[in-house]
Amino acid sequence: MAETVLVSTGLAEPAAPATTDREQVRTIGDRARSALVELIRRPGLTLALLVLAVALLAALAPSLLAPGDPYAAAPADRLQAPGAGHPFGTDQLGRDLYTRVVHGSALSLSAAGLAVVFGLAVGSLLGLLGGFVGGLVDAALMRVVDVLLAVPGILLSLAMITALGFGTVNVAIAVGAGSIASCARIMRSQVLSVRTSDVVEAAVAGGATRLRVLLRHVLPASAAPVLVLAALDLGGAVLAVSSLSFLGFGVQPPTPEWGALVAEGRDYLSSAWWLTAMPGLVVVATVLAANHVARSLDPEARPS
Amino acid sequence: MARYLAARLLQAVGVLWAAFTVTFAVLYALPGDAVAMLLGPNGENDLTPEQLQAVREQHGLDRPLPEQYLDRLAGLVRGDLGTSYVDGRPVRDLLAEVLPHTLQIAGLGLLLGLLTGATVAVVATWTRVAWLGRLLTALPPLGVAVPSFWLGLMLLQLFSFALPVFPAMGNQGWRSLVLPAVTLAVPAAATVAQLLNKGLESALRQPYVETARAKGAGRTRVHLRHALRNGSLPTVTLAGLMVGGVLGGAVVTETVFSRAGLGRLTVAAVASRDVPTVLGVVVLAATVYVLVNLAVDLVYPLLDPRVVGAVRRRATARGDASAFTPSALREGATHG
Repeated sequence: MAETVLVSTGLAEPAAPATTDREQVRTIGDRARSALVELIRRPGLTLALLVLAVALLAALAPSLLAPGDPYAAAPADRLQAPGAGHPFGTDQLGRDLYTRVVHGSALSLSAAGLAVVFGLAVGSLLGLLGGFVGGLVDAALMRVVDVLLAVPGILLSLAMITALGFGTVNVAIAVGAGSIASCARIMRSQVLSVRTSDVVEAAVAGGATRLRVLLRHVLPASAAPVLVLAALDLGGAVLAVSSLSFLGFGVQPPTPEWGALVAEGRDYLSSAWWLTAMPGLVVVATVLAANHVARSLDPEARPS
Repeated sequence: MARYLAARLLQAVGVLWAAFTVTFAVLYALPGDAVAMLLGPNGENDLTPEQLQAVREQHGLDRPLPEQYLDRLAGLVRGDLGTSYVDGRPVRDLLAEVLPHTLQIAGLGLLLGLLTGATVAVVATWTRVAWLGRLLTALPPLGVAVPSFWLGLMLLQLFSFALPVFPAMGNQGWRSLVLPAVTLAVPAAATVAQLLNKGLESALRQPYVETARAKGAGRTRVHLRHALRNGSLPTVTLAGLMVGGVLGGAVVTETVFSRAGLGRLTVAAVASRDVPTVLGVVVLAATVYVLVNLAVDLVYPLLDPRVVGAVRRRATARGDASAFTPSALREGATHG
């Protein structure tokens, strides 16, 4: 991303450092090789990417990882501890917990993804508008953003759910509303710094309309930090979605979803520990992996 | 100083008003008929349209939205948060009843989180034992990734069922406080440790640390007296967010431990779509946030004398010296 910016400002700054020039002429094969070296040198990142890949595979093609039926009850096998036949054990109806967790990842991850996309879209739009238009519009938008920060995310989500009703899509929108504020702020500060750059001034001088300048020049140059923020938000969104599902505002049983599975297992806490422990561990692994990958995208990112 | 105080106070009132307005807009202006859904979970109910209308009139929902808004706002100024749809009691009384229970676990959790987080960060940056430092820097990301509801259930599993040390539920005695407080403390500690780690690392690179070392101060003294004092400033500016985080965490924690409190009240209100109670909880949380930030802004000049100087200079010269005010730092720290 940094290179694209450099290329677009290259006209104004012909004296780019020599190392960047060399990087620009690297072939795809070179890049693949250095990416591979990077992965071998950072086993933590490799592991995190692997975990995310498995989670994604589980969401897209659950039958590949768990061919069984997540709803198939087998009363004879009820409440069995994790073992050879059932790696995560079975629940009170004898359903295989591993199969249910794998089939639950589609809902959990798509809700988290929808939340991030919603927050990113609305937040970027607000930030873009405020930063580009300025004046009263900017002041008003930024006050709204201040307020969104003043209310704890989960309470904001709960207020949205009260208004919208229950269900996975509503939970996703409610969670996404929580990340509008930070996206809007970053987008705005990016736009403010790009707005006065040479590219934009050249485009304005060349007679481009405001909308064209906004979409063709300001938006692409501002996107990188916002996308990094979105990656950072993904882990938090998985957590928030599963929390709201755990509270019972997402899918209704028997549909498998990570938070809902933990809530179902709660009644058997004293007798069948695996029913709560296993889905929770999967959430922890996914969130850890997502956060790790996001942080390595941007060494400057602040953990929060 | 008076100017600084007045500006902060005005800002606090403004944020509170805006929080109320945004929440009102979300709750009242979004599609969905609260009364219809209140009386039947899926919109269906046995009431005649006339009866529905009577309920609407009783809560003033038949009037135009701006009128309802002004009415509610006037009530808020008087300290009246409306009446619950569900049991018809004033929302203020409902909140006042459960607030002490939540404050107990939130206060204990926050204290525990601050102490643990600060200890982890200080030891992680101070130690020369490589594996210990690596372990302590790896802990906060883990703490952030663990869902509170799951952590609470695992603690229950271990300390109430496997080893019966603490009671599994309820509000009786100090023993019932421990597990909920620990559950709230873990994410708080992780946040504090991450922020403080960053603050300490950048403070240790500052020239005054070099100076202190050159004057012969010991390693521990430099770490605690010089670096910690300055490195903790960014963490202090985020106290409001942290208190808000603990209040939000109470929603999940109180559900897990079946404790009466603000969080459980909220969950019940959302489940029964009791709009006035939800609005009341959000306004209360925003008030806490605003008050904590106000307190930070007032204490801050004592910790960092540059703040008042910056405000004074700005008043005369309109320079760009306000970068050290807590709100400016907060803005920087919440970016991401």
